[in-house]
Amino acid sequence: MKPILQAIDVRKQYANHTALDGVSLEVPEGSIFGLLGPNGAGKTSLIRIITQITGADSGQILFRGEKLNPSHIGQIGYLPEERGLYKKMKVGEQLMYLAQLKGIQKEEARQKIKHWLERFDIKSWADKNIEDLSKGMQQKVQFIATVVHDPQLVILDEPFSGFDPINANLLKDEILAMRDRGASIIFSTHRMESVEEMCDYIALINRSKKVLDGPVRQVRDAYRTQTYEVEGKGQLMVMHPDFEVVEHKERENGHFYDRIRIVHGTPNDLLRYLIGPANVEVHTFRERVPSINEIFIQRVRETQPDYVPDTDSVLA
Amino acid sequence: MSKIWLIAQREYLTRVRKKSFIIMSLIGPLLTVALFAVPVLIAKMSDNGKVVAVADAGGLFTDKLPEPKDDISFTRVSPDLATAKTEFKKSKHDALLYVPKLDISNPAGFQVFSRKGLGMSLENDINRAVNNAIESQRMQKAGIDRALLDNMKVDVDLQTVSLSDDGEKSSSTGISTVVAYVFGFLIYIFIFIYGVQIMRGVMEEKTNRIVEVVISSVKPFQLMMGKVLGIAGVGFTQLALWVILSMGISSVMAGSISPDKIAEDRAARTTAVMRPTTGKDEAAKKENVAAKFTQALKSADLNVPLLVGCFLFYFLGGYLFYGALFGAIGSAVDSETDTQQFMMPVTMPLVLTFVVSQAILTTNPNGQVAFWMSIFPLTSPIAMMMRLPFGGVPTWQLLLSMALLIAGFIGAIWIAGRIYRVGILMYGKKVTYGELSKWLFYKG
Repeated sequence: MKPILQAIDVRKQYANHTALDGVSLEVPEGSIFGLLGPNGAGKTSLIRIITQITGADSGQILFRGEKLNPSHIGQIGYLPEERGLYKKMKVGEQLMYLAQLKGIQKEEARQKIKHWLERFDIKSWADKNIEDLSKGMQQKVQFIATVVHDPQLVILDEPFSGFDPINANLLKDEILAMRDRGASIIFSTHRMESVEEMCDYIALINRSKKVLDGPVRQVRDAYRTQTYEVEGKGQLMVMHPDFEVVEHKERENGHFYDRIRIVHGTPNDLLRYLIGPANVEVHTFRERVPSINEIFIQRVRETQPDYVPDTDSVLA
Repeated sequence: MSKIWLIAQREYLTRVRKKSFIIMSLIGPLLTVALFAVPVLIAKMSDNGKVVAVADAGGLFTDKLPEPKDDISFTRVSPDLATAKTEFKKSKHDALLYVPKLDISNPAGFQVFSRKGLGMSLENDINRAVNNAIESQRMQKAGIDRALLDNMKVDVDLQTVSLSDDGEKSSSTGISTVVAYVFGFLIYIFIFIYGVQIMRGVMEEKTNRIVEVVISSVKPFQLMMGKVLGIAGVGFTQLALWVILSMGISSVMAGSISPDKIAEDRAARTTAVMRPTTGKDEAAKKENVAAKFTQALKSADLNVPLLVGCFLFYFLGGYLFYGALFGAIGSAVDSETDTQQFMMPVTMPLVLTFVVSQAILTTNPNGQVAFWMSIFPLTSPIAMMMRLPFGGVPTWQLLLSMALLIAGFIGAIWIAGRIYRVGILMYGKKVTYGELSKWLFYKG
């Protein structure tokens, strides 16, 4: 698919640290793209360059093949991690103001705002001040402000932080709906497991460098280890050289949980062995696909053997 | 550009619609009018004609009592001090003057009694009346005619004329001083009020965390300029409202408490109390003063179009210059308390000009200090406006000062824009001067 956004060898240096060190990536049109990595990896720096808040020291950003310039501002919607609204401004006026700043004419903006307020069933709030709304309500308004101008590219920085579970779900639905309408979404988060089921593509960033990227399925396939989870009943004793038990747990009433890696052969060979020679009752048999989180840790360890994931950021 | 306009519009509308703005717009003129009206009113209330009882044991006022003056009239009571005192306690007289038996060449022993303390002016008036009476007696003794001497006294008005290349201009130092102060003060107060509003606005956006949403749509520079211009509009609106309302209120009030009317009232009262001729004289004198003032205002030959034009220029220029700096401060800090260290150096020249102006600018408006202050952009908005009413500012100085202010403004906007750009995205960090200077040279 044609990329809506390309970053080519982007570098950004701050006074005493490097935020981005030659990052290149492509966001395919009409996809949900996960920009993942621990806190401080450089995600927000990259986003701020894409949203033209700051500029890159070197490298290029292309929007639909064109060098990024202020005319693209109206096609990008941005929900920053640090977000807020004017407290003393009415919901309707505020959305109108933010939409106009994106370059939409008044009349068009009015219709779009009406559409979104109706969609979220919050039309009656239009004349309320932001400060009179609950936090959850403010989040809805904040989201509308991000997408009111029908952006082709929506960038969400840590979208689920600060959103309550109901609004987070609403957000997920809206993101999928936007993708179905043809918009592209960049998702930036350090909570990798929260988005991996939604993303079509991902890029992992660590310490200002891109670690790996590609379609989610492809990435996971590449890191498959031929390991299967087996649950069942009986006394499992694996004595076959083709199979290696990675983990074995005894549970109550003679149940067990095992992780078994196939050294030689196919999953069917393993299954046949389990119900044949091993003589156990199999309840569950599924491939253990590595999570993005695990892939990230594994990938980082390849270059930094002493890497210890920061429990807050990576395993959260 | 249209985005700057959008931002300015928002800044303007949200502020103008605030209750505090409406209240300030109404209270401002009321306060201004009150400032002038209250002293007049108080004067009107309190001057209920003081009466001084005279116990003339020494016969100083045998021929006639002193003439009433400034609402003070004199009345004769028993020359015996003891009787006079008892009568005084019962009477409504404000003071009792006791004239002892005296030696005209060495008068002593005068006493004034009063219930409450005597006012400064009343005491002076009594003192003057006694002095006059003694002088008259001495003159009589020496054979000098009082009336003749009075005729010889002169009271000349000086018309001050400033000679410059443009020719002669008559000026009135008094009027010029007043005009200079009004202009200087207006600029001073507006820069402060609205400069701080810019700073607060920037800080509000920062603490509300809306700033990143906004600057993904507009450049930080546009956001800052929009804010500065929008708030400038608020300042102009407020100023215009003040001028219009003040004029409206004062013209309404003028009917009831104008100085002229009070003068008439006074004249009428004094006339009733004393001889009619004196009252007329008084009234004539008052009229004379009023006429003199109008005359002065006219003859001061203030170049009104130039003054108003320059005022608008320096008002706007000074405001924009300082506004940009205040905006930069707002972007660099997180809370009001952190602003102090940066406010000081910015406001210093402003406060300094205003303080120095009283000592130097108005007394020596074309001296060295005044010249330099009216050229240097940080001080020129106030300093030049305080020099201009006195006239004699060469055109080249005015043009140089204006050019430097524009250059200074552009420089300030540049510096502020660069600080602002970095500062608004900087959270929870105490900023030092060293760091600020580094921000100036950050790339894109």
